[in-house]
Order: sequence, then C-alpha cells, then structure tokens
Amino acid sequence: MGAFQLPAGVSATRIVRGTPQALSPPPRLAARMPPRGPATSGHLLRDGRSVTLVPAYLDHASTTPLHPVAREALLAALDDGWADPARLYREGRRARMLLDAARETVAGVLGARTSEISFTASGTAAAHQALLGTAAARRRAGRVVVVSAVEHSSVLHAAQRHERAGGEVVTIGVDGLGRADPAAFEAALDAHPGTAVAALQHANHEVGTVQPVAAVARALRRRGVPLLTDAATTVGRVPVDLAALGADLLTASAHKFGGPPGVGILAVRTGTRWANPLPADEREHGRVPGFPNVPAVVATAAALAVRATEIDAEAPRLAGYTERLRRRLPELVEDVELLGPGGADPAVGLPHIVAFSCLYVAGEALLDELDRAGIAVSSGSSCTSDTLTPSHVLVAMGALTHGNLRVSFGRDSTDADLEALLDALPPAVRAVRERAGAAGL
Amino acid sequence: MNDGSPAAVVDARGRRCPIPIIELARRIGDVDVGEIIELLADDPAAAADVAAWCRMRGHDLLTAAPGAGPGSYLVRRLG
Repeated sequence: MGAFQLPAGVSATRIVRGTPQALSPPPRLAARMPPRGPATSGHLLRDGRSVTLVPAYLDHASTTPLHPVAREALLAALDDGWADPARLYREGRRARMLLDAARETVAGVLGARTSEISFTASGTAAAHQALLGTAAARRRAGRVVVVSAVEHSSVLHAAQRHERAGGEVVTIGVDGLGRADPAAFEAALDAHPGTAVAALQHANHEVGTVQPVAAVARALRRRGVPLLTDAATTVGRVPVDLAALGADLLTASAHKFGGPPGVGILAVRTGTRWANPLPADEREHGRVPGFPNVPAVVATAAALAVRATEIDAEAPRLAGYTERLRRRLPELVEDVELLGPGGADPAVGLPHIVAFSCLYVAGEALLDELDRAGIAVSSGSSCTSDTLTPSHVLVAMGALTHGNLRVSFGRDSTDADLEALLDALPPAVRAVRERAGAAGL
Repeated sequence: MNDGSPAAVVDARGRRCPIPIIELARRIGDVDVGEIIELLADDPAAAADVAAWCRMRGHDLLTAAPGAGPGSYLVRRLG
C-alpha cells in the first residue's frame, strides 16, 4: 500500500507550513495557555520538524504525535475539503472526493470494502456503535452479549448499557498472561444460545497480549454469532487484515497511530446485521450522523497508509526495546513482576508495549517521580484512576495491581528514550519504597 | 496455634494500596511458619494484591477458610 494520494483534480498547493512563531492565539486563549518553555529543553528535531516532547515520551499506546505525513494531509484538506461532501456544487464534490479517497485508502489497508468503513468521532464512539448496533439488530436472536474480561472500557461500558436496557452480559476470563481461551468462548456460546454478539479485542491495551481472534471468530461463525474486534491497540502498529481476523466488526482510533484526535474507524462487514442504536441520517452509510470532519478523516487515511509502509521495518526495532527493557527490569529493580507475554513472538505479544508492577510501590507516586525525571508513562494502579479502583485488566490476570506501569514505544522512540527510563526507574522505585517505609521488606 | 484462627491481626482498614500490603509484609514475621495472619483491608485493590503478594512471597491465601471474606484476608505463613 503506497502513501495516501490526493485524488486527481484536487490541488494541494495551498499547504500552509507550520510557523508557530508567526501565529499567536487570541489574547483570552493565550492567557490560559502555559508559557512556552526554553527551546533547549525537550525540544527535539524529528522528521526535520521541531516537536516538543518530554525527554522520554513513552506512552505511545495512549496516544502518539501526529505523523508528519498526516499533518501535511490535514493542512491540505483544511483548505480543500472544508465544504459539505453531501452537496453537489464544485466545493462539495471536492470534499466528497477527498472523503471517498480516504475511505478507499482505509478500506484497502484493513482488507475491507469501501462500503464497510465509516468514520466516527472517536474509537470509543466506534466501539459503542459496533456493539450496541449489532445487539440491536440481533435482538430476536437473543439478549446475551459475550465480552472478554480485558476489553477496553469503551466496549465494557457499551455492554453495561445493554445490560441496563434489559440485556445480559457474559464475561470470559483470561489466563495469567491476559489471554482469552477460544474454548471458553465456545462454552459460553453453548451455554447461552441466545447470544447476539461477542467481543474480543485484537490485542490488550494495557499489557500487549495478542488475542486468538481468528480462532474465536471461527467458533462464532459456526454458531452464527457475529464477532466485534476492538483493534485500537493494533491498527497502524502491526498488520491488521479484517479477512484474516475473521471478525464481523472492527473498530480503531486514529490518534493512536499518528492520525489526528477525533476520528474513529468503524468497519461493519457486508452481511453483518447492524441497526443504528442512535438517531441516524444519511451520512456514513447511516452509521454515524452529522457533518463529517473531512480534513481529519483525510489525515487519518494518510497516517494509516504511511504506517502500513513503516511497520514492517519498525516492529523489530521496537521489539528490541521491549525485550531489552523486560530483560533489564529484574536486574535493576527488586520485586518487579513482568506482565503479559512480551513482544518476542508477534503472534502472542505486541512489539511496542511493556507492562510491569513493582511490589510495595504506589503507582501515582512512581508516575510523579518519573515525571520529574522527564519520563512519561502510564499506570493501571488504583491510585492513578479517577474511581480509585485498580485496572480491571490486571485484576482479571491475577496480577499485582499496585506499582503498575505501562511503557509503550512509538515511531519516534529511540535508544536514548529507553536509556533515560532505565536510568530514572531504579532510583524512582527506591525513593517511593523508602518514603513508604517498605525498603527491604 | 494452628487451628485456622489467626495468630495476629493487621488492621489496615481505611488505608489505600499498597499500604495494606506493606503492613502485611511488615507483620508476617510476627507469626511462626504455619501460623495464620489476618489482614483487614477495605481498599478495592486489596483482594487482587493480597493474592499476588502471597503468590510472589510463597505464602498461602486461605480464600475458602471460615472468616475469610470481603475485607478479611487469612494468610498462612509458609516461609
């Protein structure tokens, strides 16, 4: 798959180059913006463009900087794709051409048909539409929704909504590595013949475990039950082919692979019964109402197309980082528990995610220590969540939930980022343990 | 005393993880090998973390014992 091309007849001549010094926000907005730091600290040159990052941004699984190719496409499409693509005059037709080209590109990368792809306002919205729309269309088949215990909260929240509306939710547990067993899905389907839809993520967002989606899809197909796969963690990171996965619905999120925020991808395979659970209009095949964000969708397609050309070369490099981190951690930090399968075998683990828990360490205090050292990572520990409950993924795995960190690498990541983390982590853990009086326990 | 009743009790109610686990680790030495220590904790992370700590330290979490239940964790010291 080549890079995303603007369709013939659409000019990209009015690309506005980024000149932040020349542009000032309105005074009232400027008053609320933090002052710009000195250009020396955390100001890195990447792809020939200066990007302000902390010394080691290692939270690429939460979100990753806009890909430079997506940025160019976004700026061009802001000029050329501003009009309503549903209108028939020239500007509308131009926006429609851009939107159609973006849809074709995304469909091509994912191995789907153009008519199967819709763009939503987020990956979360796509997951909600996918699950609830299939449950609604298959109401007569049954009221049971089967989900793995380690789905993203967007899928679990949609399942909870289904339950509150009178449906039933059956949860499939996972093993110590976070992997769901296809046999457990089969047993659940046999025990609940009235299953409307099942959901199994392509890979887990917190520990990087790749799920046996194709095997579960085959088992479901034999029983006539559609499968939703949330692929937000994998699309644009590893090869994702809808036909190979065998899923009937797939969702993804643009900002997680270098696209802009505010775009989700919803794929509904031809022949899958689906009914919009919300008010609908004629936009996006009737799956997503309202005026589409054509420039952001164009940038999404550009990001996905260029990522498809990058990931083969990138995966071994990132797997090298994750393997080195997993090897060094037990040498550098006492009582650390590595989580998930690691990235050595792409069939079982993602190459860019490392998760671990440090005994006797409060996750929030550890994040603070690392932040002071310029390291940005995330945590599934209870003290870092708004609800003060631990990560449902870690609980389902039977893992230690406190002192948890997720380190995730991206296309910008370097050896220096990993070295900065390896330097900062041991003293950070030591400091938190000493403050809690837990050193040497 | 090895009849299933705890030889020591650690009350960590109202404390947030990982403090209940730290308190448990600090006090496990107060009971002899084979004896039971009880942890009282109401933090939502305690159930998962007591089980993980017992697995990492080689102690036995008596989930099925009488008295074990929400907020009460019975741990048999094994080493």
